Amino acid sequence: MTPERRKELADFALQMRTDCIRMTNHGQSGHIGSMLSMTELVAFLYNGVLNVSPDDPRSDARDRFLLSKGHAGAAVYAALCRKGFFPEDWLMTYYRDNGKLMGHISHHVPGVEFSTGSLGHGLPVAAGMALAAKKNAKPHRVFCLMSDGDMNEGSTWEAIVFAAQQKLDRLVGIIDYNRIQALGFSKDIADLEPLSEKLAAFGWASVTIDGHSFEEIEAAFEKLPLEQGKPSMIIAKTVKARGVPWLENTVKSHYGYIPDDRVEEAIAGCRALRDTYVKGA
Amino acid sequence: MRTVFNQTLLELAKQDPRIYMILADIGYGEIEPFRDAFPDRYYNVGVAEQNMTGVACGVAMEGNIAVTYSIANFPTLRCLEQIRNDVCYHNANVKIVIIGGGVSYGPLGVSHHSTEDIAIMRALPNLVVCVPCDTKEAEAATRAMIAHDGPFYYRCGYKNERDIHDEPIHFQLGRAIRIHDGHDAALFFTGPIGYNAKLACEKVEREHGISVRLVSLHTIKPIDRAEIVSAARDIGKIITLEEHNLSGGMGSAVAEVLADEGAVCRVRRIAFPDINVSKVGSQEWLRAQYGMDVDSIAEEIVRICRQKD
Repeated sequence: MTPERRKELADFALQMRTDCIRMTNHGQSGHIGSMLSMTELVAFLYNGVLNVSPDDPRSDARDRFLLSKGHAGAAVYAALCRKGFFPEDWLMTYYRDNGKLMGHISHHVPGVEFSTGSLGHGLPVAAGMALAAKKNAKPHRVFCLMSDGDMNEGSTWEAIVFAAQQKLDRLVGIIDYNRIQALGFSKDIADLEPLSEKLAAFGWASVTIDGHSFEEIEAAFEKLPLEQGKPSMIIAKTVKARGVPWLENTVKSHYGYIPDDRVEEAIAGCRALRDTYVKGA
Repeated sequence: MRTVFNQTLLELAKQDPRIYMILADIGYGEIEPFRDAFPDRYYNVGVAEQNMTGVACGVAMEGNIAVTYSIANFPTLRCLEQIRNDVCYHNANVKIVIIGGGVSYGPLGVSHHSTEDIAIMRALPNLVVCVPCDTKEAEAATRAMIAHDGPFYYRCGYKNERDIHDEPIHFQLGRAIRIHDGHDAALFFTGPIGYNAKLACEKVEREHGISVRLVSLHTIKPIDRAEIVSAARDIGKIITLEEHNLSGGMGSAVAEVLADEGAVCRVRRIAFPDINVSKVGSQEWLRAQYGMDVDSIAEEIVRICRQKD
């Protein structure tokens, strides 16, 4: 990865983090930790992976991207806004009366493929989209970004079985594996480990990466499909609330937002994180 | 009825390549012709109704018509949130078909009775709720379902239902079918239980000279408000009959229209009381246990006609 490319991605991620912090602060709600853990993944998707365009958001040729962890939708709103899908002044209407952006991701927003918010809904629908695309020999891919909580849902595992059965190798699952859910650490609630072995046993090809490393994210996406004839899963190990030092890897970051008196400090933390990316650290 | 449904769907699928069947391992002996004719538009997801509905939504959102199909409560209550959030919220062109509405599968027990589905399905925005009563309506409703662009709930009967319509029908979604007119009471029914209503009307006419307007209310949503208001204003006595729980079903929908329109009249709703039907027996036997046999319906008609305002 060139330094210029790394800087471009780091700057985009910083913008997304800044937007998420300000949106959730202004809306006085949200799931800031869940947004910040998947920021690099979403930044990379919208800068070099997804074939989508604000000029024609519903183009038949577009790649489909479903955010199954809809509670973190503000991060996708931020990415879409910065890619020109809707005006910047919409951002501060998040979670507000008569706002443009509802708390959980909404298909009423330009560029959003599918509304979610209840976990376990994304992957079955993504599998259906991938199935239709495969049957009609369409070239686009279908991406579904999920959370630890998504992986608790039986419906997700139903879709995992189905996608392998149908050999949906244009379906790509991504797990924002920050290992924290609403009430605690996943390992203490419904341990997903050994996750890659489980997915292999269910007929998926998977790769485990550092979900904050643009190099590792790039390497994973370049390898897609990970195996011909199998759906791919990118297990992205991430840190909840990445970029805000005092919230990183905490359960309390799942719900909530940064209060007024710490917004600038939080953004400074994210800027410091951006600088480490630019330096290639 | 289910055979008519499957034959009609197969015929439509030959003309329309957008039609898919997404099943959850139910339909033995019925769905094979579709499977054999369109192996690339037939997907059995296994016993996984949530995934069935989610996959169907995804298939439909790619410009197709996806039919989910199973029995009783399986494709509705088991995956209710997928119907609500995925199908209805996105207005996806998914058709939810159940075989065995009401207590068609009587002796199989409560798990296989579909007796709350109308109430629950009609509470969902964007969803058409349709309950054909015999093979004529079953065929027409299948065609209407495919022609309709959007979410659709189709509550089919099972097998060996008796025809209710003697004549060819003109079927329109949201427009009730008046089977015959009358002036002493109006009886609205939904689904195959209408056959008992028809016999009960004949009985009260024969034995008491009571004339009943008999109406098949095959579409519960959108409901035919004009036909309901007309019955209230022209006749003033309404009986509703459905193989469903009393709470929230067709009778409730009729009562809501009457309240909304200020159409005051006497109403008697015949349905299962607010219980799980846990007695063991055939569909007809269970109906009789809860006042849905011909004689009981006839008695209700006589009773409401003799009540003084």
